[in-house]
Parts: sequence; structure tokens; C-alpha cells
Amino acid sequence: MSTPRASRHPSGRRPKRLSPSRVGLYAFLLITALFFLTPLYVMLVTSLKPMAEIRLGNIMSLPAAPTLDAWTTAWSRACTGLSCNGISAGFWNSIRILVPSVIVSIMVGATTGYAMSFWRPRGAKLLFAALMVVAFIPYQVFIYPLVRIFSQVGIANSLAGIVLVHTVFGLPTMTLLFRNHFASLPLELFKAARVDGAGFWRIFLQIMMPMAVPIAVVAVILQVTGIWNDFILGLVFAGRDNLPMTVQLNNVVNTTQGERTYNVDMAATLLTALVPLCVYFVSGRWFVRGIAAGAVKG
Amino acid sequence: MNQAPNRSSVSLRGVEIAYGPVRVLDRLDLEVAQSEFLVLLGPSGCGKSTLLNAIAGLTEVDSGEIWIGGRNVTWEEPKDRGIAMVFQSYALYPRMSVRKNMSFGLEVSGMKRPDVQRRVTEAAAILQITELLDRKPSELSGGQRQRVAIGRALVRDAGVFLFDEPLSNLDAQLRAELRTEIKRLHARLGATMIFVTHDQIEALTLADRIAVMRDRRIQQLGTPHDVYMRPANKFVATFVGSPAMSFLSGHITEGRVFETSTLRLDLSGYAFTAPPSVGMPVDLGIRPEHVVLAPGEAAAIPARVELVEPMGSDLLAWTRIGEAALTVRLSAETPVAPGDILPLMFSTRRLNLFDAQGERL
Amino acid sequence: MVAAAKRLRIGSRLPAQIALAPALLIALVLYCGTTSWTVWISLTSSRMLPNSVFVGLRQYDVLANNDRWLASIANIATFGALFMTAALTIGFLLAAMIDQKVRAESLLRSVFLYPFSMSFIVTGLAWRWMLDPTLGFEKLLHDIGFADAHFDWIVRPDRVIYTLVIASVWHAAGLVMAIMLAGLRGVDREIWNAARVDGLPTWRIFVFIIIPMMRGSFATACVLLATSVVKLYDLSVAMTNGGPGIASEVPAKFVMDYLFERGNLALATAAATTMLITVVVVVAPWYHWQGRKARMAGIA
Repeated sequence: MSTPRASRHPSGRRPKRLSPSRVGLYAFLLITALFFLTPLYVMLVTSLKPMAEIRLGNIMSLPAAPTLDAWTTAWSRACTGLSCNGISAGFWNSIRILVPSVIVSIMVGATTGYAMSFWRPRGAKLLFAALMVVAFIPYQVFIYPLVRIFSQVGIANSLAGIVLVHTVFGLPTMTLLFRNHFASLPLELFKAARVDGAGFWRIFLQIMMPMAVPIAVVAVILQVTGIWNDFILGLVFAGRDNLPMTVQLNNVVNTTQGERTYNVDMAATLLTALVPLCVYFVSGRWFVRGIAAGAVKG
Repeated sequence: MNQAPNRSSVSLRGVEIAYGPVRVLDRLDLEVAQSEFLVLLGPSGCGKSTLLNAIAGLTEVDSGEIWIGGRNVTWEEPKDRGIAMVFQSYALYPRMSVRKNMSFGLEVSGMKRPDVQRRVTEAAAILQITELLDRKPSELSGGQRQRVAIGRALVRDAGVFLFDEPLSNLDAQLRAELRTEIKRLHARLGATMIFVTHDQIEALTLADRIAVMRDRRIQQLGTPHDVYMRPANKFVATFVGSPAMSFLSGHITEGRVFETSTLRLDLSGYAFTAPPSVGMPVDLGIRPEHVVLAPGEAAAIPARVELVEPMGSDLLAWTRIGEAALTVRLSAETPVAPGDILPLMFSTRRLNLFDAQGERL
Repeated sequence: MVAAAKRLRIGSRLPAQIALAPALLIALVLYCGTTSWTVWISLTSSRMLPNSVFVGLRQYDVLANNDRWLASIANIATFGALFMTAALTIGFLLAAMIDQKVRAESLLRSVFLYPFSMSFIVTGLAWRWMLDPTLGFEKLLHDIGFADAHFDWIVRPDRVIYTLVIASVWHAAGLVMAIMLAGLRGVDREIWNAARVDGLPTWRIFVFIIIPMMRGSFATACVLLATSVVKLYDLSVAMTNGGPGIASEVPAKFVMDYLFERGNLALATAAATTMLITVVVVVAPWYHWQGRKARMAGIA
């Protein structure tokens, strides 16, 4: 063996694999993790039990004979008020709201962020400051005048109205996201494109947007979860025919006549949580990036 | 390239630029002749890059005019000025292949595809990057990237090439290699080239003329030889040349004699630009290689060696004459050690005298 | 160099101006316009419909004597203080522990963060079911032998606000953890090494070196949590609908109820304006601090 002796026998103590503090650390993490997982577990087992079992057993026990009855009921037969069509209608409404809202809000945000970062037109600084403030203001400040304006323009209680609202309130985060990205690119790239004779839109579409794909993914994640999870805007602006899934879910749970069907409630709740949960687990690290980008405003 | 030689003169007339209250360029005049290689040399923040951006049309001027190829282009778009530009960070479009990077500008201008392809192929051949054409910039080394960036400028077939510190992101060896490449390209194309750098070696090796800049102004405009041998002021004298020129402070006495507390030097061979007055304080600038050893010479000035730096081909002796520091370049074989006293003589014609304001006398 | 793409020629700046127009329009009309309108209504005597009878600050006077509003304020203050303390503490602890090179790090991070991906409605309904006094945790406690145990906070006016705290900490602690973890990872490894060489114990390194270096992460987390406190609405609606009685009413819900159900526009907008001012007071110092930091970075 040519290995020098000294390097095979480090002078310090090798750290013990499981010192008491390590054990404590893992115990804390494990207990906290269980606490965090409990609601998901409870929702799941509840949704798989018949009502009789729920009344007799306790909420933590596994279902004796798992059944998907509550899920099918929640999807297609649960009642909101007088109609008993389940929350599938809400699901499709949410999809119809989600798709155009995500596309439009990202397009507007990307364009605004790009225009601000390289071209610095008149009013850009003031606009940016305004956007930063708005990101923090509760919707209650804007809602009533918005309702009035929308009914004047004729888009109150419509799909167009709710898409516009999501675009308006998504604008600060989307703009910030894209502006910060474009601001981090070397200015020389922009200059090179100008020397090559590319104009505003060509630089945007052919050079900048292809480089902004990762940010666009983050934006999609942020907007899909944000818009899907929205309650208050859907309640106020979507109108009776377009109520999103969250609003319908709340109605289902709160307007059940007679006996409360907790299994159906929990199945409906899980169904509503499914889309953001899928986005979260599929996107993994991107979701964290999205939160970090959306969170660190300014 | 096959096109008729496309060369333009560049002329700046009273160009001024300010960012709000911060002035970046003072009324600046500059004439660059057809096919000339002009280097803008200066420390960072002197305004040289701003000047280049103004020529390119990437920065708006506050007053003055810019003429390229006999046209007033002050208010024209960059693409219409007949210029091509190479950047320090290469600025290659990362999502496009090398080929697409080079053809992008031509396609924007609406050139037909076969013509675009022909030009790209030709430029790639000149720069020996043909085998890289289908790669992405991220798959290239720094030197290859800069070749592509030069290629992108080449296909534009512009009358003026602008280089914004194109070599400063490269390591020393690649830098030298691409430097010769650019020089060869200039000889081949005959295009006008304006090259910004803070590296005096690049300036001296590449330039037909150098414009040394500091504090928003051109300090001296002249051939590399002029700038090196007859610097217009103390700043230019210090900035150009490595190791830097040494200075001895003294004054002029009767009969054009330079005098300090420790030495007297007859200046009769010096070409004064204006007659000096007796008693005026001056700085005497001496380049390290303009000092000769003169053993046994009665008039030799004794200098005490403090430090010796062998440089391979020659050696540098850091000496003192009294309190004043003087760097001396000697042949590598010279037997010299710290503590030695060297007898030195200066060639009067190669000395540089500066007045108290730092201007050449 | 100084900001280099300074002014470009008007001809080439026009498309940028056009591209910015929608955002400018939104900002002017839908942000500034609606905000001023809201503030204006709050100075009138509007009830079901807006009118322009200027009454000065009278609505704010009414608001200050409205029991439900006062309860909302008290609730949100209790909620905010507890929620922020708990979320920051738990979030930071989780981040600090996860940063100790633990096994299954990414799994743990996923577990702590997944609640944040779900809506407040889902969060509220899930916790409402678990806290159900007849079939929820209380029954579980009885079943496993604690016959006298009580966990009926959700129906007790003096405790219900704590249930909102539990649910929202569950929802948001992962967010704090993510922010803190990013902050911890941003701390130069050399700092740790230097402190270790100096022989400092881990907890001292955290308290005296790392936490002060993470001011930015704490400020960001604080501002985010604080604004989410002011905005709190969905959770209260889904979990308790403000009840029992008015024990879990919150300002955002107060505004919504008075706007759309009770038909008292002026009072509702006065409450909304009060919320706006609160947010500005919370955000302005942070915004100023961020701006100063950015300017300093720009100079350096």
C-alpha cells in the first residue's frame, strides 16, 4: 500500500453516525412530517369509508372495506343547493377558466417584463412600482369598483370577466418574474440583436423567449396552482354558470341537506386538490423555484 | 469575400454624451480613415465603450454628428449604419446553432436563402469554424465562441467593424492567437476597424493609430510608435508601456540642463515642443529600455539596485537614484544583484519631459 | 459601465410603448382607478348603491364602533401574532434541520411543502373535518382511552381562532421553510468553516452568525406571511364561516359580507381602506429597505 499512513488515520474523531443530537433531529423531523401528512391521510381514508363506518370508527382507522362510492358521488351526484350533479361541473369550469387565464396572463406578463427590462419606455419605473405595491394589497380594495366596471362593459359574470381578472391580478408576479429574468441576461445580447437589425418583437420572440423557457415553466406552475386555488375571484366574477371548483366544493360541503356525508365531502375536497397536488409532485423542484421567484418580490 | 471591397471612413464631430448629470463624453472629434485600424485604449470608465456604442447606434448622442462612409448616420438605426460589432461576452444567441447565429442578421434584412448560406459558408471557411456550424454556442470553447462572434460580424459585409474588448474574456494564449487572427482579417478584408481595449499590448500590436482616452477625452491620437515614444502627457506615458515609465522630478536650469538634488543632465539633444523657461519644475520620464550601462564613463549616474526580476529574454532592475525610483531593462546575462551600484546613461533623444501639468514639453 | 441601453430613438421605442400599454392601462384604471373609487365610496353615505353624498370620515367612526369589525380586528391580531410566530419558528427549524445533511432530504421537503400547493378552501375543509367535535380527533381521543379529553376548539368561541392558526401554519410552514432553506444555502460555506475553525458550537453559529446573515429571508417571509394574514378570507369561510357567532370573523370577510350581503357599501369600503392602509404600513418599510439594498448593490 502506497497510501501514506497519516491520511488513513485522521487525527480527529470520526463523527458518530447517530449521536444523541442526530437522533433528536430525526425524531423532530419524523414527528413533524407525520403531522404534515395527517390531513392528507385522514382525507383519504375518510373518502374510502362508508358513512356507517365513519360514525362508528375513528378518523385515523383504515377503511375496513375501501369503496370508491363517495368519490363517484362527489364527482357526479353531490348536491349544491337544488342541483345534484356533483362537482364535475366545477372541475370543467375551472379548466375553462384556467387555460385562457394562464395563457393570457403569462403572455401579458412576459411582454410587459420584456418591454420594461430592455427598452425602458416612458412610465416603466412608475408602473413597476405600482405593480409591486399591488402584489400585496388585498382584493377587497379593488373588488367593488371592478364589479361595477365589468357590468358597465358587459363582462360581469362571464368567462371573459374572470379571465381578465386573473390576468389583472397575475400581472404583478408575472411581470416581476419575467423582468427579473430578462434583467439578468447580458445586455450585449440585446445589442447584438439590434446590430443584426432585429426589432422589438423579433428580439422578443426569436431571441428572448427561447431563453425564457425555464421561467415560463415556473410561471405556468405559479399560475396553474394560483388560479386553480382561487376562491374569492371566482366567487365574485365568474358568474353562476362558471363557478370554479373551489366555490362549488365549498357549496357542496356547506349546503348538504340532512345528514352530513363526510366521505363525500372529503372525496370532493381531494378531487379539488388533485390538480395542484399533481402539479406539485410532478414539477418537484420547479415548484420550489416558482415559490422562491414569486416570493422574493423586488 | 467576393463582394467589392466595402470600406467606410468614420467621422465623429463634436460628439457629447451624458447620462443625466453624469457626462460620459466631452465634445469629441475623431476621424477614422478608410481601411484604418484604430484602437481606443484607456482604463475602464474612460468612455471608450460608450464611444463605440455611439458609433454603433446603441447609445444616443446628446449633441454632435456621426458620419460613416460619407453619410450622416447620427439618427439611424444600428442595422442601417453599415457596421458590424463583436462583443466582449460574445453575445451569441444561446438557443440558435452557430449557423443560425451567423445568418440571423442577414435573414432579418430579407436576404435570399442561397445568398445567406453562401456568405455563412465563406465566413466560416475564413475563420476555420466550418465544422462547428451545427453546434450550439454552449458546446463551444471560449476561443471558438469568439471566432463565431467574429464570423457573425464578417457575414454582414460591413464597411466598419467595431470590437468591444473582444479578447478580454480569453486566456493569454488564445488572446494572442485571436489577436493575430484579427490582424490577418484586417489585412485581408481591408475594412475599417475600431477596436476598444484596455490592454496596451493589443493596442500596440494591432493599431494603425491609437486613441488613448481618459476622463471622457482623447488624450493622444497617433501611431503606436508615436504614442509609445512621444507620449503627449504623463497619463499616456504611464498607461502605455510595461513596466511603466519611471519619472525623476527636478527643474530646468540655465543652458537647458535638467537638475535634481542628485544629478544634472544636459538636455541639448532634446526636441522641445516649446522653449522651456529657466527654473520651471519638470518631470523627466525614462523608459526602462532607454537606459544603458556605461561602466567607466565619468558622466554616468550611479543607481543602487534594490530588486532584480529576470524576465527570460532580459531582466529588470528596480533601482534608486537618490530617492527617485528608476526601472532599468538589461540583457539577461548582465551580472547584477541587489545592492550593486550601476553606472547609467540616458539617451537624450529618447527622454520625455513633462511640465507641472503633466503635458509634454 | 453606466446603464448602457440608455435612451433609444423614438422610432424604435414605439413598439415598447405599445407593448406596455395594456399593463399601463390596467395599472391606471384597474389598480389606481378602483382604489381611488373605493376610498371615495368610503367617504360617502352609500348603502346598497353608491351615492356621492360626502360625509367625511363618518363611516370610519361607525366602523370603530361596530362590534363585528372590532371582533374581526381582535381576531386577526391574535391570529396574526400566533400564526406568524409559529410559522416562522417551525419553518426556520425545519429548514435548519433539513440543512444538516439529513437523509431523504427531498422527500422531507416535499412533505413539508405540499400543503402550500393546496387551496385555503381545501385546507379549511380538511381541518374542519379533523377537528369535528363529534367524529374528529376528540372521538379518537375517547376511543383510545381518554374518555374525558376535550378537543372541541372549533365550536368554542374562545378557542376557535386557534384552530385557524393550526390550519394555516400547516399550510404555510413549508413556504417559510423553502425561503429559509434558500437563505441558508446562500450562506457561504466558508463562513461555516471559519466558525468551526474558531471552535463555535453549532447553536452559537446559528444564533450569532447565520440568523443575522439571513435578515433578508426573514424579512421576505415576514412580509409574505403578514400580507397573507391581512388577506385571510377563504380559510375562515371554509372552516368556520366566521363562527361560532362572530368568533372567527376576519376583516376581509367583513368587507365581503357588507359589500355583497348586507348592502352597506360605504362601511365595507371604509373597512377595505383600513386594510389597504395596514398593508401599506407593513410593506412600505420593507420596500424602502429592498430599494436601498438594490441601490447599494448598484453602486458597489
